[in-house]
Amino acid sequence: MDEGSSLLFPSAQPPPLRDRPPACLRDLELDRVVEAIVADRGEYGLEPVFYTPLRETDTVSFRQEVFRDFREPRVSDTVRAFASALRAVRAHLRRADKASYTLEKDRWFLDAAHLYVQAILALLEGLSSCPLHSRGLVRFRHRLAAYAASPAFRSLAEAAEGLQAELSSLRFAVLVQGLRVTVRPYRGEPDYAELVRSTFQRFRQAHSTPYAFEFRASTELNHVEAQILEGVSRLNPGLFLRVAEFRRTSGPLPAPWIDTFDREAQFYLGYLDFIAPLRAAGLPFCLPALRADNSEAFTEDCFDLALAAKLVAEGRLPVLNDFLFRSPERALVVTGPNQGGKTTFARAVGQVFYLASLGCPVPGRQAALPVPDHVLTHFPRGEHTLDLRGKLEDDLLRIREILQVATSKSVVIINEILSSTALRDARTLGRRLLGRLVELGCLCVWVTFLDELASLNEKTVSLVATVPPGQPEGRTFRVVRQPADGRAYAEALARRYRLTYHDVRQRFVP
Amino acid sequence: MTPRLLYPDRDSDWRWALQAATVRAGLRAGHRTAPPAGFDPSAGLPPNADDLVRDLGLQPLLEAMAGEDDLVFEVSRRLLLEATCADPAVVAHRQAALADCLDNPDAVLELYTISIEAADKLKGRYLGVLARYPDWVLRESVVTLTALLDSLRRLKSAADRHAPRFRSEVWKRFFAALRQDLEDSYLSEVQACLHALRLPHGILWSARLGPANKPTDFLLHPPPEGPRSWLERWKAWFRRGQDGYIFELSPRDEGGVKALEALRDRVLASAATAVGQAADHVRDFFSCLRAELAFYVGGLRLHDQLRRRGYPTCLPSVHSTGYNLSARSLYDPVLALTTDRAVVANDLEVDGKRLVLITGPNSGGKTTFLRSLGIAWLMAQAGLFVPAQSFAVSVCEGLLTHFKREEDPRLESGKFVEELRRMRSLVDLATARSVFFCNESFSSTNEREGSEIALQILDAFVEAGVRVFFVTHFFELADRFRARRSSSVLFLRAERDAQGRRTYRVVEAEPLPISYAEDVYQRVFGPGAVSVPAGRSG
Repeated sequence: MDEGSSLLFPSAQPPPLRDRPPACLRDLELDRVVEAIVADRGEYGLEPVFYTPLRETDTVSFRQEVFRDFREPRVSDTVRAFASALRAVRAHLRRADKASYTLEKDRWFLDAAHLYVQAILALLEGLSSCPLHSRGLVRFRHRLAAYAASPAFRSLAEAAEGLQAELSSLRFAVLVQGLRVTVRPYRGEPDYAELVRSTFQRFRQAHSTPYAFEFRASTELNHVEAQILEGVSRLNPGLFLRVAEFRRTSGPLPAPWIDTFDREAQFYLGYLDFIAPLRAAGLPFCLPALRADNSEAFTEDCFDLALAAKLVAEGRLPVLNDFLFRSPERALVVTGPNQGGKTTFARAVGQVFYLASLGCPVPGRQAALPVPDHVLTHFPRGEHTLDLRGKLEDDLLRIREILQVATSKSVVIINEILSSTALRDARTLGRRLLGRLVELGCLCVWVTFLDELASLNEKTVSLVATVPPGQPEGRTFRVVRQPADGRAYAEALARRYRLTYHDVRQRFVP
Repeated sequence: MTPRLLYPDRDSDWRWALQAATVRAGLRAGHRTAPPAGFDPSAGLPPNADDLVRDLGLQPLLEAMAGEDDLVFEVSRRLLLEATCADPAVVAHRQAALADCLDNPDAVLELYTISIEAADKLKGRYLGVLARYPDWVLRESVVTLTALLDSLRRLKSAADRHAPRFRSEVWKRFFAALRQDLEDSYLSEVQACLHALRLPHGILWSARLGPANKPTDFLLHPPPEGPRSWLERWKAWFRRGQDGYIFELSPRDEGGVKALEALRDRVLASAATAVGQAADHVRDFFSCLRAELAFYVGGLRLHDQLRRRGYPTCLPSVHSTGYNLSARSLYDPVLALTTDRAVVANDLEVDGKRLVLITGPNSGGKTTFLRSLGIAWLMAQAGLFVPAQSFAVSVCEGLLTHFKREEDPRLESGKFVEELRRMRSLVDLATARSVFFCNESFSSTNEREGSEIALQILDAFVEAGVRVFFVTHFFELADRFRARRSSSVLFLRAERDAQGRRTYRVVEAEPLPISYAEDVYQRVFGPGAVSVPAGRSG
C-alpha cells in the first residue's frame, strides 16, 4: 500500500485497535448496539473499530467526512452493492477450492472472476457518478480508477465475459429410460409442459396456490450430474479446454487493498443500517460540530440509542431531551421520580460523547462538543452478593479509579451511587466526590436521589425528570433544567369504564 | 369454474367450513384430535359471536338445520353469525337461490350427494409432505383427476336434466358454466393427456449449464413413445452410442438413483404444477360446491320441519337504508320445534323508532320475544326465510347482544363491573348502523344506578342513530323516557289478560309502575300494615 487507501484513518499507518471493549460500553448499553451492528457482519471483524474511540479531532473529522459522503444514497447503495458482490465472489472462490470435479472447479473460478470484474466496474462507475468530498473516498476512488484501467484487469474481464457467454448459451438434451441416461445435442424439441398447461388451463383458478417444491439446494455436483457434464464436455471439447486454461492463468482474487476497503466500509454501513429504522421513525441524528475545548458542549433532542432501537422495533418512540454545558458549568445533577428517565438521560449523554469520538453521527438534532480523551462511567451493576459496606466500598473504589484516569478533557457519568449509604453519609460523601470531579474540570453527569447536590456551586446545574401536571402517577421522561424539589409521588388511580354519555357519544362522532 | 351460490362475486370460505366440520365431527365422536394447521375457529365470525349464540339460543336452531351433518352446521353457523353485518346484494342473491331450492329440493339434494361422493373418492389422497416432490404431485394428480372425471360427468348430466326448472340467475349461471366447461370432447382430451402423463417410456428433457456447471433451465419434451416394431428396435440398437454419450447406473448405486430422481423432479416441476393445480382446482370446486350447497340443504331441512308443524315462513324484505322494522306473526323457531304447545306469535311495527323499551312482568315472554326478533333479523340478513308470516327490516351493521348473565358463578364478585366491561367492548364494536339487543342490562346493581347508566348510554345511542331493543324491569328508566314523550321511542309491554294472567304476547303499551313502596313498607312495618299510595298510575 504505497499511498494508503484506508477509509478509517487519514495516515498510511493506522494506529493499533483495541481487542476488548472499554468499561463504559456496557454501562452505556452501547455493547448491545455494537452487537447488533456486527451481528450480520461477523466475517469483517469490526468490533475493534467500535472498541477504539479516537482522541484526535482530525481523525474524527476524517470519518465524519466519509459519513457525510455516505449520506448520499447513491454512494452508500453503490458500496453496499459492492460488498454483497464481494461476498458472492468469496463464496464462489471457496467453492472452487472445495469442489470435487475439475470441470466444476473451473466453472466456480470462472464465475467468481466474472462477478469480481462486474463488482469492480460497478463500484468505479457508481463512485464516479457521485460528487465525493471526503478525503477517504476520494483517495480510494483514485486508486480504483487506476486499477480498472490496468491491462491485467482488462484482459481478465474480457476472458471471463466471453467464456461465460459461451457456456450459458449451450443447451443439451438428456433421455432417461430407467437407469440408462443418454446425453445428446438438443434438436429443438418443443416444451411439453406448455402443452400440458394449456390442456388444463380451464381447470386453473385465478389464484392457484403455487406448489412449494423443495429441491435440494446443493450447489455441488453429484456424480450423476458430473457424468452428464462429462457428456456435455465430450460434445463440446474446445470450450471446456479454454475454461480450464483460464483458471490456471488468472492471478489471485480479489486484490488485498480491495478487501481492506470492503471491510472498513462496513463500519460506516453497519452503523448507518443500525440507525436507518430509527431515522425512518423520525428520530434525528447529526454529526456534531467539534470544539477544541470543553467550554461548551450541547446536544438538542438526544435520546438513548439502545433504548430507541428497542422502542422503535415495538412501534414506539423515545422521549427526546436536550443537554447543555456552558462554562463555567461542569456537572449536570439529575434528580426526580423513579422510572422517570434519569438513567436513560445519563446514558444518552455518555453515548453522544462516545459515538462522537468514533466519528459517528450521534442521536440528536444538533450537537457541538469536544472530542473527549475518556468516557468514564459508573452505573450500579446489581450485584446482590455485596453487603452494604461492600457496595459502598465498591462505589468508592470505582470513583477513585475514575479520578485517577480522568483529566479535564474527560467525560464522567455517575449513576445512583451511594444509594445504599445512610442519607447523612451519602450527603457528605456525595458533596466531596462531586466537588473533586468539578474541580478537575471534566464534564460530568451525576444521577442522584440527593437533592442537595444539585446546588453545590455555580459549576453544577440541576436537572429534574418531570411528571405531567396534576398526574403524579404519570411520567413524561423529560429531563429539564429546574431546581430539585424532592416531592413525593403517589401512584395509581381507579379505572374507568368510559361509559358516560360523552364517552359513548364520542364513539360515534365521525 | 366456481359455484357462486352464496356470494355474487366471490367464493365462500369453504376451506374453513370443511375444517370446522372436521373439528366438530371429532368433538362429537369424542376424539381429541389436534385442530388442522392454520385453522382459526373464529375466522370470519364477529367478535361477539359467542354472545350471539348464547343470548339468542342459536345452537338448537343450527342443530335443527344440520341434523347429523356437521358441514351444514358449521356453514350455517358461520353465515348466520357473519350476517350481523349484511350486504343487501348478497341477501338478494341468496333469496333468489333459496327460492329455487324450495321449488326443487330433490335436485339440490342430488347435487349435494354428487359433491359428497366426489369428496369421499379423495379420502386418504392427501399429499401432505409429499407435495414437495413434483414426481409425487404429478402421479397423485393424475390419479385424482382420473377419479374426479367421473364425478364431473355425473354433475354435467345432472345439470342437463335439472337446469330447465331453475329460474334464478344464480342457478342459471351455475348450470350454464357447467355445460360450457365440461363438454364431452374436452373431457376426452383431458383423459388422453392424463394417460400420456403416466410416462411409461421414460422422459426426455433438455437443460443449460448454470452456475457451478449444474444443469439449469430445464425443459420437459414430449415423452418418448415405446418402440413400435421389431425394425425400430433393431435400428435403435444399431444407433446406440453414435447418438450421444451413454451411461447406466447400477441399481445398487443408491446415491445415483436419488440424484436421478432429483433431476426428474426438477424436470417435471412445471408440468406437475399445471396438473397439480388442475387437480386442486377440481377438488376445490367440489369442496366449494359442497360447502355452499350445505347452507341451502340446511335451509331446506329447517323449512321442512317448520312447515310440517304448521308454522308459517316467508322470504323477508330487506332494505338497505332507513329504520324500518315490521313483522306479522313473528315466533321463536327454536321454541316452535321443541315444544308441543302452540308458540305465541307477535306482531310488531317499529316504523322509524330508534329505541324500543320492553317492560312487563317476569316470565312474561320478553326474552322469547327479543330472541325471536334477533333470530329473524339474523336469518333475514343471512338470506334465509324467516319464522314469521311477513317480515321487513332495514339492514344493520353489527347485531350486538347484552343479556344479563346470572348463571355464571365466577363473576359473582364483580357482576356489575363485568356488565360494564362487556358493554364497553360492545360499544367499541358498534357503528351508527348497529342494533343492540339488551336484556335486563345493568340489573346487577340497584335500580337508581342502573337506570342512570342505562339512560346515559341509551341517550347517546339514540342520538347517534343506533337502534336498541331494551328489555328492563327498571320502572325508573322506562318512566324517564315516557315522561319525555320522545318520538324516537316505542314502548312495548308483556301483556296480562283481564285476570292478570300472562299471555306471553308483547303489545304496544307504556310501562306500568311496580309498587316498590308497598313492598318496602310492608317489609319495614310487617305484613298487614296500612299501605301508602304508590307512585303514578299507568
